[in-house]
Amino acid sequence: MIRVENLTRYYGNFPAIEDVTFDVDKGEILGFLGPNGAGKSTTMRILTCYMPATSGKATVAGFDVFEQSMEVRKRIGYLPEHPPLYPDLTVDTYLDFVAKIKGVPAQERKKAIDDVIDRVGLQDVRNRTIRKLSKGFKQRVGLAQALVHDPEVLILDEPTVGLDPKQIIEVRELIKSLAGRHTVILSTHILPEVSMTCQRVVIIDKGRVVAEDTPENLSAKVKSTERILVEVEGPQDEVKQKLTSVPGVKNVSLENANGTARFVIDSELDKDIRKDLANTVVSQGWGLLELRPMDVSLEEVFLRLTTKE
Amino acid sequence: MKAFLALLEKELKIVFSSPIAYVFIGLFLTIAGFFFYNIMAWFDRISMQSMAYAQMYRMPPQPINVNMMALRPFFHNLTIIALFLLPGFTMRLFAEEKRQGTLELLETSPITNWQLTLAKFTAAWILWGITLALTGILVGMLFFFGNPEVGQILSGYLGMFLVGGAFIAIGMWFSTLTENQIVAFISALGANLVLLSLGWLSNFAGATLGKIFANIDPIGHFDDFAKGVIDTKHIVFYVSFIFMGIFLSFMSVESARWRGSR
Repeated sequence: MIRVENLTRYYGNFPAIEDVTFDVDKGEILGFLGPNGAGKSTTMRILTCYMPATSGKATVAGFDVFEQSMEVRKRIGYLPEHPPLYPDLTVDTYLDFVAKIKGVPAQERKKAIDDVIDRVGLQDVRNRTIRKLSKGFKQRVGLAQALVHDPEVLILDEPTVGLDPKQIIEVRELIKSLAGRHTVILSTHILPEVSMTCQRVVIIDKGRVVAEDTPENLSAKVKSTERILVEVEGPQDEVKQKLTSVPGVKNVSLENANGTARFVIDSELDKDIRKDLANTVVSQGWGLLELRPMDVSLEEVFLRLTTKE
Repeated sequence: MKAFLALLEKELKIVFSSPIAYVFIGLFLTIAGFFFYNIMAWFDRISMQSMAYAQMYRMPPQPINVNMMALRPFFHNLTIIALFLLPGFTMRLFAEEKRQGTLELLETSPITNWQLTLAKFTAAWILWGITLALTGILVGMLFFFGNPEVGQILSGYLGMFLVGGAFIAIGMWFSTLTENQIVAFISALGANLVLLSLGWLSNFAGATLGKIFANIDPIGHFDDFAKGVIDTKHIVFYVSFIFMGIFLSFMSVESARWRGSR
């Protein structure tokens, strides 16, 4: 549905994105993950025909975003980072305007607007002026705007930014429900959002794609070590030395917490060394205060991929 | 055409559902009313004088032409008010869309930048037309007390409508260049004043340059309209001036995507 090939965009001499390549299948939700300034918005702006690429090619539903821009625009619903709202209009008037410029035929317009208002839950505020709406409602109006012409492709730039936890859950549910009917690209820097809503993730950093896979596979790939947290009362240097000598331990790092020493231990995969660790500490007569395994979260996957050691 | 009408409708709805239109019209009419009162008071005085002279010299009183003595300067005053106030209206046309981020919606929708710039210009021109129509109340009062000539009034209004169009076209262009409305306002007002002063300077600028200066000033082309003369050369001037403003705005919006400055 969406193909992006070697897309590059320079701002002056600064490359915002370089050689970005990925594609999205019909009905799929793709998570577009990256730290702030990684080039997510730039990629989305190129896909939505807002700005041209310096080089490379992108097609949406088979139409080139540059050569056949009008065809692409008809098929895309776009929620920019800041919802593009006219504060002086009412929700109804605003959606009517958007439906008109997106080319929804006159006889279908009323139904399209009623439908989208139901879908995003704006029934109670449809006659209110947008200026007077809360942030959550404004974000929903932004979503409604992207959905009103029932586009094949939806591009959502950080759709949950600035919402309260309840609203975030609602918006995520809404996005999940779009799968199948729409092809969605969702950008975010919030990781749980990706594992909750997306079937596939593209991680982008400093303008380059650094990983592309399902959220589960990505966690598994990076998880080349098992992590264990040990809190010990005892002479720190000595403890560290002893722990390092336990077979299977790859790395021991010290985190100080309130006088006692906490160690984060990376060990080899498929090898449970917890018992050995406990024995080592106890046999030395030190106090073992805590010992528990740590999960490698998507957050860490992300950090490992986007920071160089 | 459909997209153009949708954009025009949106533009007018925003202008009339917010205080913008009412503040603009209210302010314009207040200042216009003040000038009208002064001109009428002066006109009244010279009429009285003319009566007094007539009695003194035992002659029939000389009728004083209200069109030339009162309406012509009044129309000139209106164009000067427009020169100052219209940039205050046009400053928001594009600058606000940029600041609000709504330009991102418009520029990713299946509409062209021609439709966009033309709709914005037309909306502003309609507001100007409404404002002018309301000053008709002042002019209409004259018909109760005298018999002004309708032809000169209509030609004056046509002229003012065109002068306003020229100021709107300049103002709109400056609004496409920045996302700061104050910058758009001041630069458009500055441009209007420069054009006006070029008209004044034309007398001192020598033969060739003077002629260019005189012809470039939008208000300079207005005097014939105020006299009741509709000359095609002035209409051609205003139409091309307006078209140039719209074209520059179009180019500026169109090229912003290439410069990556938005």
